[in-house]
Order: sequence, then structure tokens, then C-alpha cells
Amino acid sequence: MANVITDEMMEYVGILAKLELSKTEREQAKCDMGRMLDYIDKLNELDTDGVEPMSHIFPIHNVFREDIVKNSDERDAMLANAPKTKDGAYKVPKTIE
Amino acid sequence: MSRQYETVIGLEVHVELATKTKIFCACSTEFGGAPNTHTCPVCTGMPGALPVLNRQVVEYAIAVGLATNCTINQCCKFDRKNYFYPDNPQNYQISQLYEPICRDGYVEIDTPSGTKKIGIHEIHMEEDAGKLMHDEWEDCSLVDFNRSGVPLIEIVSEPDMRDAKEVIAYLDKLRLIIQYLGASDCKLQEGSMRADVNLSVRETGSTRLGTRTEMKNLNSFKAITRAIEGERERQIELLEMGKAVVQETRRWDDNKESSYAMRSKEDAQDYRYFPEPDLVPVWISDEWLAQIRARQPELRTQKLIRYKKEFDIPDYDAQIITSAKKMADLFEATTAICKKPKKVSNWLMVETMRLMKEHEMEAEELTFSPKHLAELIELTDKGAINSSVAKEVFEKIFLEDIDPLQYVEEHGLKTVHDESVLRTVVEKVIEENPQSVADYRGGKEKAMGFLVGQTMKAMKGKANPAAVNQMLKELLMVGI
Ligand SMILES: [Zn+2]
Repeated sequence: MANVITDEMMEYVGILAKLELSKTEREQAKCDMGRMLDYIDKLNELDTDGVEPMSHIFPIHNVFREDIVKNSDERDAMLANAPKTKDGAYKVPKTIE
Repeated sequence: MSRQYETVIGLEVHVELATKTKIFCACSTEFGGAPNTHTCPVCTGMPGALPVLNRQVVEYAIAVGLATNCTINQCCKFDRKNYFYPDNPQNYQISQLYEPICRDGYVEIDTPSGTKKIGIHEIHMEEDAGKLMHDEWEDCSLVDFNRSGVPLIEIVSEPDMRDAKEVIAYLDKLRLIIQYLGASDCKLQEGSMRADVNLSVRETGSTRLGTRTEMKNLNSFKAITRAIEGERERQIELLEMGKAVVQETRRWDDNKESSYAMRSKEDAQDYRYFPEPDLVPVWISDEWLAQIRARQPELRTQKLIRYKKEFDIPDYDAQIITSAKKMADLFEATTAICKKPKKVSNWLMVETMRLMKEHEMEAEELTFSPKHLAELIELTDKGAINSSVAKEVFEKIFLEDIDPLQYVEEHGLKTVHDESVLRTVVEKVIEENPQSVADYRGGKEKAMGFLVGQTMKAMKGKANPAAVNQMLKELLMVGI
């Protein structure tokens, strides 16, 4: 494996992804991520000069919707998906601004 | 000798677009609904839900780009900006980083030293987040996703501004352009226009940019001005003490009138942008661009010229009337009915502005109909009501949009033109005020004012002051 993921990198990625990993999980993830980066390096060996980056797998563009209200009040159906609700809103742990 | 510093300011302005539906779903954008009543699987980030772009959002963004002299990026794309916060149900915001819709524009502002160009780096389209409310009772937060997915454009300026005055002039210019385009109502207080201020200082003469901070939560021109002045001083103080300015995001506290650094340990500014795979690219053809260009409404600069030419109103009037789109719309609609541009302009500039100030309203909040103002002007011109009654009626039109004809009839406010009625009242006033009558006859002109006032009072304001004056003079002469 050419790419080695450091513990510092793991911690940073953990913060970004809001993930807490056990020691074994962390070692496994370090290994997986290293291999993924190796694979990207392999892809980077290809000469892509002058090739336009692909932004979508289908060769289509301009899929639009007209500006017309079609959705009605589905609040209860939407809230049914939430673990906790209160007064018609989603209840989450306190956030500090 | 103390060093001289220059402030360098760039702005990120978010503008909420005036579409009926959200940017990626058919939910209503209407303001003020009960929490979560305008939501669906797309704007609450349900797994598998797919966004579909609102065409009107693209058209508004192009319209703003054209009006601010931007180059339109004819192949633009969306990207994901990743971050975790409860107001963001998807854990990413769909925005544009790599291929924003507009680039390299500018607007011109007036400064004491002449016209100045403020560069626009780019304009991109993105979605708004939900709203968090803090529940004190249960010590938790409540999320309302009605705002989630409301379309925004973010207008990023170049760091071309040097003080608060230039910032305000730039914002005012943007606001007017966007209001005239009908792309947004741009209300700072209500958050349909929001400005983040990027500010750094450097020694005068230096061409290198200093370390900048970003200030958020500025929701009035006053807050923006205070925040700029405060931040400039704070940064200069740090530099004078030999300390470094830390690049950080600061939040403005309107009550304390100061800013503080937002916590940033867990808030790593690493958004890991990548192309949004759920949306296809937007290709803007020359034909589409030409159509939008042809539909562009008349902007303020053009209106100013036309008003002076077509309606023959003074520059001063034209400046004030075009300072808000709503005002200009009212002017044109009322003038079209009564064909008296100068009179319409007077009502708008004097009484309307006075009442707006009294009720702390902005032009966009005006609700009276042009028809009623036109009728009021007709009533006054015909002499059916006098000017003080007209003012009273106008206040009713301004507040409740009442029908002036009906109101004047119902409240018996019509000027009494019957000479015999007036004569009787004047005779009575003369009889009851011998002292004033004597004063007037003795050469005290002031006494006349008092007698006119007494007559108007007795007539409950329904007389023509000129006619009262005339009648009084006539009868007082007779008595000598
Ligand atoms: Zn929705």
C-alpha cells in the first residue's frame, strides 16, 4: 500500500464525518482508505489531458421543473419519519449558535 | 508617528429569489406558514428523493447577472457542500463552486470622488437551510424546514470597497437592480437579503491584502456600518500591538453592538465540495439568453431619464420616486389613471413618505391602490374637498386603502360650496368674537387667521379656506 493514513488524518476525517470508531474499526478504516487512494493513484496514471470532466453519467442536460406549487401540506407524513417531534417541528439536541 | 491604515472590504450577499416554489421541489416558498407545512421528501432530505431544478431560478439568476454586467456561464453545474448542522437535513447544501452561473461583473456606485466600479467575482445559485428554534422548556432545538430549499443567489463581490459608505451604496445598488427585475423583494430586516462582510486592514499604500475575517448576522444598514467600524478598529488594535489577525468567522450581536468569534474547533471549514450527481448540467443557449435579455425590465437609470422626459417632473422628484420599485410602480399606475404626474409625485414624496416614516414602513409594504390615490387627486382638483381633508382621507387610503369617494360621502367631508350656509356661519363667528373683529379692524392682520380658524372649526373643516377668507373680509368691511 503506497498511501498510509495517519492517526491524525483519521481523527480529522472522523470529525468531518461525525463518526466515532473503535480501535479495531479505525485500523480497518485506515487500511480501506489507503487502498482507495492507491486505486485513485492508479486512475491518475491515465493521460486525461484535453478530456472534459464528466459531471453526470447520462448525456443529458436541462431537466427543469416549472415554477408551480404542486405539493400540499404533508407535514404529518413527513414528521412520521422523525425519531422525535414537538409542536409540528423536528426535535433535536440543543444547538448553540 | 502613527501608521495609516486602509480597510479592504468584500461582500457575500445572499438574496432570496421571488419564486413561487422551492429550488428543487414543488413546495411553496410562502412566508409565515406553520412549521413544516411546506415540506416534502426532497426538502427534508429523505433518502432516495431526487431534486429537479426550478427553471425560474435559473432565469432570475441570469437576469441579475445580465443587469450586473456579468458573463453568463453557458454550461453551469451544481456541487455539494458538505457539513453537518440540524438546519440542513441532507447533511449537504446544493450550491455551485466550480461552474457558477455568472462571473466577472460589476456595478457602479456614486462616491464623493465620483463613480466607482465594484467588481462582482461571481453569482451562484443555491438552496437555503431550515430554521432552528430554541426550546427553553425542554432545553432542545426545534427544526422547521419550510425555508429549506428556498432558492438563493449568492453574489460575491471583489474586495473593492474601502469603507461602510461604499458598502451601503453597493448594497443599495444591488437591492434596486434586483427589485426592479422582480427577482426578490430584498428586505434586509426579514432576511430576504443578507450580507456577510469580509474585512481586512493594511497599511495605506500596501498592495498586499491583510488577513480577513468574515462577519455574519448583519440585518440592517446600521448594523453593517457599526460592524465595519468596530472590526476595523479591532484589527488595527491587534496590529498595533504586534499581534496577528486570526482568519475566523465572527457573529454580530445587534444588542451588544459588537462581534464575537464563532466557535470553530468542531466547525472545520472543510466542505469537501464535489459535483452534485443528482442534477444534470444546465446549458444556457444563445437563444435562451437572448430571450431573457429581451424581457429585462426597465431599470432605475432608464426610468430616471424617461420620467423627466415623459412626465416632465424635476430630477429631485424622479430620484425619490425611483428609489424603490414599488414607489415607481405606484407613480406610473396612478399617473396612467389621473394624468397628473406632478400631483401624483407630490403625494408620494410628501404624505406617503411622511406616513411611511411614521409607521416605520418600507416602500415594498405599501398596499394602497393607485385607483384610490387617483380619485383623491380628482376630488381635490375639483374642489370637492379641501387640502386638509384630503390629507386626512389620504391617511385612510394609506392605511386601509379605503375608497375616497365613498369615505368622503359617508363622513360628510365634502366642501360646502353653498354661499348662504357659509355666510350664516361667518356672521355668527363675527358676532361671537368681537375682540378679534376689533383687532382686525384696528390693523392686526393676525386676527384674520384666528377668525378663519374659528369658521373652519364651525364648518367641521368642510369649507374652502380661500372662500372663508373672502367671505370674512367682505363682511368685516360691511361692518365698518
Ligand atoms: Zn419540498
